[in-house]
Amino acid sequence: MIAARNARNVLIAGLLTFLVLLPVYTGVTGNYFLLTLFTRILILAMAATSLNLILGYGGMVSFGHAAYLGIGGYAIGILASEGVTSGFVQWPVALLVSALVALIVGLLCLRTRGVYFIMITLAFAQMVYYLGAGLARYGGDDGLTIYRRSQFGLLDLSHKTTFYYVCLALLMAAIYFVWRLVNSRFGMVIQGARSNERRMQSIGFPTFRYRLTCFVIAGTMCGLAGALLANHTDFVSPAMMYWTRSGDLIVMVVLGGMASSFGPLIGAVALLVLEEELSGITEYWQIILGPLLLLVVLFARRGIDGLLDPSAFSRSGSELAKGRP
Amino acid sequence: MLYFVEQCLNGVQLGMLLFLLAAGLTLIFGIMDLVNLAHGSLYMIGAYFAATFAALTDSFVLGAVLALLATLVVGMAVEVIAMRRLYGRDHLDHVLGTFGLILFFNELVRLIWGPAGLTLPLPGVLLTAVEVLPGVYYPLYRLVIIVATLMVALLLYIVVMRTRLGMLIRAGASNREMVGALGINIKLLYTFVFGLGAALAGFAGLMQAPILTVQIGMGENILIVAFVVIVIGGIGSIRGAFVASLFVGMVDTIGRAFFPDLLRLIVTKEAAATAAPALSSMLIYLLMAAVLVLRPEGLFPVSSK
Amino acid sequence: MTEPLLQIEDLTKRFGGVVASDQISLDMPPGELHAIIGPNGAGKTTLIGELTGETAPDAGRIRFDGADITALPVHRRSQLGLARSFQITSLFLDFTALDNVALAVQAHAGHSFRFWRNARRDPQLTEPARAALQRVGLAERADILVANLSHGEHRQLEIAMALATGPRMLLLDEPMAGMGPDESARMVRMLRELKRELTILLIEHDMEAVFALADRITVLVYGRVIASGKPEVIRANPEVREAYLGEQQVVAHG
Repeated sequence: MIAARNARNVLIAGLLTFLVLLPVYTGVTGNYFLLTLFTRILILAMAATSLNLILGYGGMVSFGHAAYLGIGGYAIGILASEGVTSGFVQWPVALLVSALVALIVGLLCLRTRGVYFIMITLAFAQMVYYLGAGLARYGGDDGLTIYRRSQFGLLDLSHKTTFYYVCLALLMAAIYFVWRLVNSRFGMVIQGARSNERRMQSIGFPTFRYRLTCFVIAGTMCGLAGALLANHTDFVSPAMMYWTRSGDLIVMVVLGGMASSFGPLIGAVALLVLEEELSGITEYWQIILGPLLLLVVLFARRGIDGLLDPSAFSRSGSELAKGRP
Repeated sequence: MLYFVEQCLNGVQLGMLLFLLAAGLTLIFGIMDLVNLAHGSLYMIGAYFAATFAALTDSFVLGAVLALLATLVVGMAVEVIAMRRLYGRDHLDHVLGTFGLILFFNELVRLIWGPAGLTLPLPGVLLTAVEVLPGVYYPLYRLVIIVATLMVALLLYIVVMRTRLGMLIRAGASNREMVGALGINIKLLYTFVFGLGAALAGFAGLMQAPILTVQIGMGENILIVAFVVIVIGGIGSIRGAFVASLFVGMVDTIGRAFFPDLLRLIVTKEAAATAAPALSSMLIYLLMAAVLVLRPEGLFPVSSK
Repeated sequence: MTEPLLQIEDLTKRFGGVVASDQISLDMPPGELHAIIGPNGAGKTTLIGELTGETAPDAGRIRFDGADITALPVHRRSQLGLARSFQITSLFLDFTALDNVALAVQAHAGHSFRFWRNARRDPQLTEPARAALQRVGLAERADILVANLSHGEHRQLEIAMALATGPRMLLLDEPMAGMGPDESARMVRMLRELKRELTILLIEHDMEAVFALADRITVLVYGRVIASGKPEVIRANPEVREAYLGEQQVVAHG
């Protein structure tokens, strides 16, 4: 059991070391493709981390989370095309709009349960997608190019390595924030509501307001990821929020291991690297990925985290009490 | 006036197509408690099979019949190979598993038929228009769709309400264990129900193929609308699916046709031009939001175990 | 004459053609342990549902400490001091016993919009939680995952959680269900102790426990109160014997 924990911790430590040193490696070898790939991984890992908060810890299966990637991204894109390129204006707007939309969607959806919730979040995400596709002024279906990245004074986001480290720093901050959140009183309510909502009500918790707050926090964090994504690709399009993108995020969360702090990052790395490898083998790589997903669901439900630490469910209370990530 | 009648009929036609999909989805969910995202893939496969078989046999009808049978077979195969293992699991597992199937089918179709779509031309006899009201003409084929799907709906109603099989289906929807305890072969029942759902989806796909589209990813767009229908109608209720399908079909069609004009009455021309396309697509989702606020379980909720 | 703590007036509930609650009326003074007995299907579960707020009655009123709570949502009733234990174990299985009780404490310790401090290391939560566990005899098992506890321990934990919310009244739904004779005896001892400080509404099938603990007993058959009064009176009532106690003799140690 101890050995299993160590295996997991070694993996995480190794991964983090790799991520920190990657720009050094790419600087030396000139392999900027790798840097670009991993920047994307970091950004999507942040999106997945935000989804893990509501899905993994909160049990809310939102199939519309990618909408916030789009909202954050379009906030940047629209402002940039209207001449506002200061990051100090763009990013708060992105966060605010994401939070507002999450609030409205949450108010409508969170009163429903189970299957309804899944379908409704999916439907609302599609609605946002159509909204984006209908904005002819901002590129519609074809998308919108961003000619200037968010300006933050001395911090130059157009410099690849700088941008990479900004993403890495923000991701680490996000993971830390989620970790503290889920172990706080607020987190206990969220996890309790996932575990047994009826009991939570019966001991006196008005669970709705807490779950709504959690939903808004997750949407906002994903909006930030969207702002980063827009800067990364210098482009926004409705495709960012197409529902299959929401599916990808769910896959990352489950693949990495739900309700674990680093699970989403591991999942993002695993999925994107797998996609790269598979598309190198065959053009029709999704024929392999599809059934692979099904197999993961059937046999490795707890994801990579579960494979590495199969005893985790029967962890003794003291382990859980330490709130290990 | 002519335009309005035409749009109304289009709305009914869309509603009927949606019903075929929604009925299958809601049946599968009601009986097997399975969230099936891959339902749209069966719709797509039906269309592709129809286009291919019609081209091979040079007969629209024969192509359609073969496509229906083929989709039924594929549906049952999918149930036996994949779906069976998902029963009784978390809905999240269903979502993930069937999401994987969508990726698989989309890519498989691309592998077999290529990335460009297909066409399914109508036989000449169906290419005429019929005078539905004095001076108002409507394409015969679209009327055929409406009539055909109404007949299927009626057939479905008879089977579910008046036959022994239907009784088993309804019993299974409200109490799975009991039906199993009665010695009924649950596995076979489930395979049949899934096959039925697949056939309905395939039928919808092949029916709309001549007038709309046969391309990869066509399933997903309409699947989400089918979800909206089910949410509005009440998950598990076929009657709800029927009413909601018509409702959604009408709102979407009439909305897209007349909303831009309506908008132009209220705001400036530029604003209307910018907002109209986006807002028209959003109408049905706004409708869903409204229903959710008023009746979160849908219009005809079904309480079941 | 002290004001009754709980007043149930003409509570009625129909499910289709079945009358689950048929004008049930009941008054409980503070400090009383009142037992509700009746054959299966008598409407006891429905009654608990109506008292806790999970089931809305078609007619009738419920007053708690003078205030009309008939329309109050579940969590508000808990905040007013009405705690409930579940008949079928309804705990947080993937948490430890301590976590479970700490959550109950947390629900009554102000709002939970606290995002930073580790809740498991918060003595404001853990101290009262451990005390509640101690009370029911589960102190040693505090750090064990609930999924790994025995059935009897689950029932004890149910009581601990109800106690941790600092209630004035307990609604106990068959707390002794599935317990062996030793465990039942232990539970009866504990309930006798709790009697001194809390008002208790006890739904039970275990007749020994009922007659050992109850100040008054109400008998429910097909949703209707057919008798209500002191234990000796109930025991002697011929209608009750016929409707219920006869079949219960066999099931006494169930």
